[in-house]
Amino acid sequence: MKNIEKRIRYIAKELFEKGKIELFIGYEAATLPLKSRPYFIQSKEGAVGSVSSPVANLVWNSFCSNNLAVFLPKLFEIDPRSRRKDPNLKPKIAIVAKGCDLRSITTLIKEKQVPRENVVIIGVPCTGMIDKDKVEALFSGDEIISAEERDGLLTVNTRKGVKREIKRQDVLQECCNECCCPLPPPESTDILIEGKAKEPVHGGYAEVQEFESRTPEERWDYFKQEMSKCIRCNACRQACPTCWCKECFADQDDLRWIGVSTELSDTMIFHLIRIFHQAGRCVSCDACYRACPMGVDLRTFTRNIVKDVDELFGYVPDFNLEEIPPLSTFKEGDSEEFITEPEE
Amino acid sequence: MEKTSNWEPKIVAFLCNWCSYAGADLAGVSRLQYGTNIRIIRVPCSGRINPLYIVRALQNGADGVLVSGCHPGDCHYISGNLVAKRKFAVMRRLLTYIGIEPERVQFSWVSASEGNRFAALMNKVIADIRKIGPSKKLVKDIY
Repeated sequence: MKNIEKRIRYIAKELFEKGKIELFIGYEAATLPLKSRPYFIQSKEGAVGSVSSPVANLVWNSFCSNNLAVFLPKLFEIDPRSRRKDPNLKPKIAIVAKGCDLRSITTLIKEKQVPRENVVIIGVPCTGMIDKDKVEALFSGDEIISAEERDGLLTVNTRKGVKREIKRQDVLQECCNECCCPLPPPESTDILIEGKAKEPVHGGYAEVQEFESRTPEERWDYFKQEMSKCIRCNACRQACPTCWCKECFADQDDLRWIGVSTELSDTMIFHLIRIFHQAGRCVSCDACYRACPMGVDLRTFTRNIVKDVDELFGYVPDFNLEEIPPLSTFKEGDSEEFITEPEE
Repeated sequence: MEKTSNWEPKIVAFLCNWCSYAGADLAGVSRLQYGTNIRIIRVPCSGRINPLYIVRALQNGADGVLVSGCHPGDCHYISGNLVAKRKFAVMRRLLTYIGIEPERVQFSWVSASEGNRFAALMNKVIADIRKIGPSKKLVKDIY
């Protein structure tokens, strides 16, 4: 971890010194323990070797769970007032990318939201990120004041003076436990930092299959229970790297599709369509799930769309820039099992 | 939305302009008998149907939704229905996953010359929805 952190700082410094980038997106330590937050360095702040250089704030640890790709579409948005076609007008941005971030970036490149030549992708091998909620649950209400990680062990100190060591594997995020892509492939990155990554898992849909095995009434009750928690703050949408529509269907008011209140059926429809829009694009980074302030179990439902697209079209969003997104294309042998045939 | 014993299902049918709508016309001019529970909405192509329309219909109190377009390969816009097929496959699975009866939302193909098929399809869809009863899920209460 420390080596990766040093490499990230070194790469950032070098890129700035060579004038290759105008913006660097990475992580810095947050004010609370067990958290890291996105960190932006602009070229004018300089990266030149002083002690207070912002580059020294860059970190890499087990809390860097944010999907940084979410910032890219906005940064590359062309100002409609200056419709010049000069590609140099777009900023050059370097971004720290775990496997899931890189899959999101790949999707964004395919959707023409990110020009590939303007991003410097720094691939980082990921060993899975720690779920803050899982750690906090172990201390039943006691406040965590510091946490330190070394060799797969997390040492946590609490307000009441409890000191405890926790195994890293026990508190990993659910999405990391079934991650298929912890190591970005070298051909998709510009700079790949060497290191050991987690073992990839293929087709980890156990959770979805368990849910599917329940009766429709149980499933509906669970869906209703989760949706009634939602306060329609749209945090799930904002945190999602692939939710980049300039005008979301939920915000349109020329044609008001759904109500803005927390009325249950409006909430359900918002989530259904939001999830549907992720078909073939969701990388299971769980950004929506982490962003939710009400603890809505979005994971169970969003993960389902990944599985469906995988089963129906054999497509999982990966690092391949050539493959066409499944809902923009078709094949001759597409499933017709759901088509109603009238009885003659 | 009185759910009394003489309840009749309300079904919204999205039909594509070039095949299914013409098929419905043919069923009409051929004087074929089928249930009167459907409300037809004409759309340019089955590819024009946003899955949001389907859930909106359910929200506004439709007991069932039928989407019908040209047979695969016959689309007026070459491939609209083929792309639509993929969309519907995903949407239907998602709706079933959250616990909505799979019969509520149905998809089919009817060509302009298939008046008989259209009438038979309507009767089947109406019978299916009668079997599962009035829609209660996703319905907005204030209506």
